Amino acid sequence: MTHTESVSARLPLTSDLDLVRARQHVRQMTAELGFSLVEQTKLVTAASELARNALVHGGGGRMECAEVTDGGVRGLRLVFSDDGPGIADLDQALSDGYTSGEGLGMGLPGARRLVHEFSVDSARGRGTTVTVTSWVARPPRPREGS
Amino acid sequence: MPEQHTAEDRTDPRQEVAAFLRERREQIAQRWADAAVFRTVFTVSRDEAVEAGRAVVEALAAVAASGRIEDLEADGFAVVREQLARTAHARARAGATTGQISAEMEALRPPVTELLLDELSGAPADHVRECTTVLAVLMGTLRLVMLETTTVAGQDLINRQRLEMLEIATPVIKLWEGIVAVPLIGTLDSARSQVVMETLLDAIVEQHARIAILDITGVPTVDSLVAQHLMKTVAAARLMGAECIVSGIRPAIAQTIVHLGIDLSSILTRASLADALAYALQQQGAHIVPSSGPVVEPR
Repeated sequence: MTHTESVSARLPLTSDLDLVRARQHVRQMTAELGFSLVEQTKLVTAASELARNALVHGGGGRMECAEVTDGGVRGLRLVFSDDGPGIADLDQALSDGYTSGEGLGMGLPGARRLVHEFSVDSARGRGTTVTVTSWVARPPRPREGS
Repeated sequence: MPEQHTAEDRTDPRQEVAAFLRERREQIAQRWADAAVFRTVFTVSRDEAVEAGRAVVEALAAVAASGRIEDLEADGFAVVREQLARTAHARARAGATTGQISAEMEALRPPVTELLLDELSGAPADHVRECTTVLAVLMGTLRLVMLETTTVAGQDLINRQRLEMLEIATPVIKLWEGIVAVPLIGTLDSARSQVVMETLLDAIVEQHARIAILDITGVPTVDSLVAQHLMKTVAAARLMGAECIVSGIRPAIAQTIVHLGIDLSSILTRASLADALAYALQQQGAHIVPSSGPVVEPR
């Protein structure tokens, strides 16, 4: 059972400068939690992609950081939300190379591969909320179906 | 002995204060010369500080006489605005915050109030109160004029630093004949990467460079936007006839790029700047050989 400790920070995402702050905040938190350098870099990069999505496609939004624990394993949960136009076709948005703008189309699917847990909640006209979680050491899971 | 005024002048506290400021100009300027805001800026000689104080007193007298004591744009202030701006700028450069400058300006009021109360001793209490109020409002307006210039000076400083950052953050280094390198440091936002691309392309032309090395050791995060900027820069350099090498890809960044799914295989990459330079020299037909072994004298 995942236990959320408390939302430790709520950062606005309304300018390029906010993106820099969001990255720095995630980098600092992952370092404090004891993430390895590779895992730190992955989560910071995922945060950078998702924060930019909220800014560019969602017209600005916010990021919430929370420390989470699961069976003694510590992790960091980041929630990116915006009140933008939302994503009409989630499957399309999550496929590599699809872009609604001028980007590479790797932001959303790339971020998904960089974190341990990933979920999107969005519909046209409802804004978008992306929740990602990474663990300091990924807890071993029983193989499903065996 | 104060000058004689007409009865009408005496009834208007603003005219009264204007007359007082003119008469006591020297005394006020002498007292102000020892106040922080003048003393710390005019360090060469005290006379200079007194001179600056005199100019401010005269300006205040002119504003009081015009009756526009709450108007930041009153003509009287125009004369000293530049001097105030220079003072504010000097204080800001010395590390004073806006709050400190504000407090320093506030400190100019008590000595003048003291002199005014002396001057008015024996006058009706109502009149004294009106005159001190006028003086307080006037000094408050002066403080606002000063702070206004501080804000402008602060904004100028930020703008200048931003431009400097754009420039100094992207030096192009000539490593060898035909080989240039750009060490990228910090966040590669759109404005920065545009400057990087421009300076690199200019350097390629200027230095007749065949090989350009982009070193990203100092870039903390390579996300898809940064990767896209790198690819565009490499493509543009290629159009100019130069081969581009991206160096300084740390292990954590390499793994992240792979997971992100960005295909950088079209770009020549090397782990370190040294590797990139070795490759570039080899491409230029130069070889690095160890200088060991006895040097055989000719003949």
